[in-house]
Parts: sequence; C-alpha cells; structure tokens
Amino acid sequence: MTEFDLTSATLREMNSSLQDATSGTYSIVNPRGAHAIACGLKSEIGVTIAGSTGYYCAGMNQLARVHVKGSVGPGAAENMMSGKLIVEGDASQYCGATAHGGTLVVKGNASSRCGISMKGVDIVVHGNIGHMSAFMAQSGNLLVCGDAGDALGDSLYEARLFVKGAVKSLGADCIEKEMRAEHLEIVADLLERGEVTGAKPEDFKRYGSARQLYNFNIDNVGAY
Amino acid sequence: MCGIVGLYLKDEALKPQLGRLLSDMLVTMSDRGPDSAGIAIYSDAPEGRAKITVQSDEADSAFGVLEHALNGRAHITRRDSHAVLEVTADDVALVRAEIEANHPAVRIMSSGETVEIYKEVGLPADVVDRFEVREMSGSHGVGHTRMATESAVTTLGAHPFSTDEDQCLVHNGSLSNHNRLRQKLRQEGVKFETENDTEVGAAYFANKMRKGASLDEALEAGITDLDGFYTFVCGTKGGFAVVRDPIACKPAVLAETDQYVAFGSEYRALVNLPGIEDARVWEPEPATVYSWGA
Repeated sequence: MTEFDLTSATLREMNSSLQDATSGTYSIVNPRGAHAIACGLKSEIGVTIAGSTGYYCAGMNQLARVHVKGSVGPGAAENMMSGKLIVEGDASQYCGATAHGGTLVVKGNASSRCGISMKGVDIVVHGNIGHMSAFMAQSGNLLVCGDAGDALGDSLYEARLFVKGAVKSLGADCIEKEMRAEHLEIVADLLERGEVTGAKPEDFKRYGSARQLYNFNIDNVGAY
Repeated sequence: MCGIVGLYLKDEALKPQLGRLLSDMLVTMSDRGPDSAGIAIYSDAPEGRAKITVQSDEADSAFGVLEHALNGRAHITRRDSHAVLEVTADDVALVRAEIEANHPAVRIMSSGETVEIYKEVGLPADVVDRFEVREMSGSHGVGHTRMATESAVTTLGAHPFSTDEDQCLVHNGSLSNHNRLRQKLRQEGVKFETENDTEVGAAYFANKMRKGASLDEALEAGITDLDGFYTFVCGTKGGFAVVRDPIACKPAVLAETDQYVAFGSEYRALVNLPGIEDARVWEPEPATVYSWGA
C-alpha cells in the first residue's frame, strides 16, 4: 500500500502517479475537500480516500476501484467509463453525470441531478436523490433505496430507474412501468454490487421513458 | 463563480478566534473569487453605542476632515481604507446625514449596533491582511470572494452589501430580473449606489423587512420574486440565514457542531474548523430557508 498525504504531496504529483500505476493499492490521506482527486485513472488499481473530497472525484475513471471514506463534492465519477466508485457518505450534485460504464455506489444521499445524461453506468444510492435526477439519461441503471426528488427522469431515453421510496414527481415523458422478471434480476444484481442489505428486488418500482418525445409531433408545431 | 463563507459561534470561548477562523475560510475560497473580497463581522458595541463603518479612496485626508467635522461625536478606529465610527445610538442618524451631505469622498458601508463591513478589490489574502481580519473577535460573521459577472470590479461592487441596520447580504450567482426590480424599488424610494444585481437583492430583502416581514419571510418571498441563480447568506444582528434558488446550481455546504454553525460554498472552506471531522455536514435543500440566531 502506497500512501499519499495531501498536506505534503501535490494533487498533480498524486494524480499523475495514480494514472501511471498499473497495479497495487493506494491510500490518500488528508484529502481536505480537494478537487479532482483520483481523476483519469486507467488501470485496475485500488484507491482509498480517507476523508471528504471536492469537485470531480474519480472523474473519467477506467477500471480503477476508488473508495471514499467520506462525502464527495459535485460531479463525482463524471464521465466514468468503467471500474467502481464507492462513497461512504453523501454525494453532491450531478454525481455520475454522463458516465458510460462502471458502478457508482453512494451509501448516503445524492443531491440534485444524480445520473444526469448517464450513458451506461450503474448507480446505486442507499439514501435519497435530489431533483432533476436522471435528466436525459440514455442508458444504464439508477437504483434508489430512499426517495427521489422533483422531476425524476425528465426527457428520459432508455435508462432504467428503480426507486424503493416515494417519487416527489416524474419529469416529462417519464412513467412508471411494470417490473418483469428480467428487471427483478437486474435489481438483485444491483443490490448485491451496491452492497445494499435490507432491501428486496420486489420492494422497487420501475420508471422509464414513455417514448413520446422521440419523434416530432406535428400537433406541437404551433409551439415553435 | 464566487465564494461565500459564514460562521456563527455557539461557544463563547471561540469568540476571540472568529476573525482567524473566518479568514482561513475566506482565503480557501480564493479560487472561486480572486478579484475582490469582503467580510461582515458582528461584535457588540458598548451599551448605548452604535457603529458606522465607512470607506474612502482618499482615507488619509477624508477621515481627518470627517473627524474634525464630527467634533468629538465619534470615536474613530481606522483600518486601512475603512474606519469604524463609534457613536451614541442617538447620534447615528445625525452622523449619517453629515457624511451624506458634506463628505462625498466617504461612503457608508454599514451601520448598526454590532456589524462592521470591510471590503476591497484584491486577492482575499491581501484584503484579510489589509484589514487585520485575523485579529478581530465577534459572535458571527460572513465573507465573500468575488469573481465579477454582473458589474465592474470596484470596492462598492464587492460584497457584503449592507441591507439595513445590522444586516448584510452575500451572493453566489446572478440575478436576471434585477433591472426591473431596481426600477420598482426606486419608485418606492429605495436608493442604489451601483448597477450590481446583489445590491438589488439586498435592497429587496431590506424593503420587505421594513414593511414588517421577518428575515425568514423576506427570504421566502425572494424565492418567488427574485429570478436567477443564487446561494445567499444574509447576516443579521443575532446570526445568519442561508437560502438557495429552486434549481440550486450554486454549491453550498453547512456544518454544525456544539460549538458553531458554518457555511461554505465548498467543504474545502470548512476543513480548518475545530472538530469538523465529527460535525454534521449537509447540503442545504433548494428553495428552503435555514437560519440561526437571526
């Protein structure tokens, strides 16, 4: 285990060492809310961050497994391609934004715009999510064990949303859909990968696109 | 982008450290606002006395002339381009009128029983040093680092904006309906010194409260009437309040322990506070007013 102490190492030195690493485990101490910690990693390494981070933690991640023993600021795992980010605390706005793959697990709450424009990532939130989550989400799965805020899944494409608690309101073109056997399987897998205990696949409702915004409706021509 | 910080002390023992703690928080937010900085710091004036904070670009000459004109009515403590005039509570209106009528080079930053406002153009670390903020004590304070978007980089364009006696406002964001709102408030007799959007927000809240609204009610009314992006921290004689717009793009973090309530645009601003590791830390909800001691 190699340790980086951010009270002495610079952020650039640390990120560049992690980006060059091809194996092993690393520990980052005294993150003190710094931005862009563990960004752009591209190998199967393990990184543990002892504390809370600022903006863009584990952004653009490929293959690496990053574990934050605290909370993360805005844009965690933004544009993640693969690998895993686990957040023990809360995540600020737009976590998992535009992420193409991998798994994002938030053990606390995630605030607004969680999974905005997600493109294939799997996101598991143990707590609640804020307003405008999964806005224009294109593919992947968002599983929420708590409640969802206003306008969930507004202008949604083909991402699947699973919520156990209450949904304050659904966004334009987002509707509740039937949970079929294949969805129960997906949820069971997400619960396991997301380290969720105390919830069953049957507890969740599925939401998805009504697919009414995909094509231009001539009746709306007057609006333009 | 801008940076905001706020610190409300519950533990009296921390009062002598207020300036130092707030300075650390403010300087950490330099990346968010390197062009100007300001603080409002709250500490009690002696019984029956009040404080008027003034600023002048020609402080060397203007403060001397003012002191002479006030003829012993004010006890003046100068800090760089600013000075605090300590006067009897009964003399506040008279002294303000004298400054406004006869001292065009002197601007009133704030007045009240507890508030002092210091703000200037420059890096936050330099502004903190110029006013010796680290040495200041008090019960609570708010600070702002500015990256200007809506109006010029000037002393008067820096935050905090004083809203009324012992009140102030700092803002991260931009208001889009400030021109029309300024016009409306002018028709009601409210005076403005700048073209700045936050000054309109400050004047709007002050105007609501003059008509009888509580601080919480004024901020709640603002959620309907103010259009644009904002995280506001509003300082009052007793404490401060926080509110974010319904979209809540502008970041905000709150932390509370038995000793204090702290606000920062980012968690980074809070990491030097005592006991932060065990504080309750959370992100304020959109369109929701939070207040302490206010």
